[in-house]
Amino acid sequence: MNPLAGFLLVAALLFSIGLAGALTRRNAILVLIGIELMLNAANLNLIAFWRYGPHPEALTGMMFAIFSIAVAAAEAAVGLGLVIHLHRHAHTTDLDAMNRMRG
Amino acid sequence: MSFAFYLIAALTLAGGLAAVLLKNTVHCALALTVAFAGQALLFLDLDAQFAGFAQILVYIGAVAILVVFAILLTKGSETPKGGVYSKHWLAGLVIAAAVFSMLGWAVIWSVHAVPRGPVGTPAVTVLDIGNALMSRYVLPLEIVALLLTAAMIGAVIIAMHEKERAK
Repeated sequence: MNPLAGFLLVAALLFSIGLAGALTRRNAILVLIGIELMLNAANLNLIAFWRYGPHPEALTGMMFAIFSIAVAAAEAAVGLGLVIHLHRHAHTTDLDAMNRMRG
Repeated sequence: MSFAFYLIAALTLAGGLAAVLLKNTVHCALALTVAFAGQALLFLDLDAQFAGFAQILVYIGAVAILVVFAILLTKGSETPKGGVYSKHWLAGLVIAAAVFSMLGWAVIWSVHAVPRGPVGTPAVTVLDIGNALMSRYVLPLEIVALLLTAAMIGAVIIAMHEKERAK
């Protein structure tokens, strides 16, 4: 099998696992975990294209992945802060119980 | 494809599956750490040493710890009465399966059209990455620094204890 295809298929599978987790779990933290898995799968795609692309010395895919890791870290910090705030406000992290945006 | 690739891919996917399927939330966070470690190994398998070690530092060192803190602060490890899955879990599963089949179809039918690069390990060192970050990519670097500062302040403000409102 083409090595690039192998990495892309693993990334697609990881993305789908994360999507399934984000769409099916009730706990808000588990939804965030699913989103992290999806971001990771995207990073894997970027690095795989960098490695097997025509110009690896241009570092484009590598830089994209590094900045994406930094943005994902910021996203995780804000998301988990929101979950803690919601838990303090509504005393639950169950997303099915949170059906309104007004406090 | 080497044997190591199949082994690491199986580890990563097993970690990801366990992270979304397990009932206890703390176990989910531990499985997520396994998935992150497998992903770092995949980066190393792709000769991207800097990205691999950045993955270990940022994800295993910071994000996984943050997730565990959030779980413990919200008492999220208790299994809720109505089960761990949402009411609409079947729709979510169908959507995820549809997305995977479309991605897999696109990968299999179009990967041969990607122009092939030079064979062998790309000669890229951490020094090259540092030079690129400080020359060509210096503006995105500054923007990411600003974003991280803003996100940190925002997370602290959001999670800060609000004053009890008079009722």
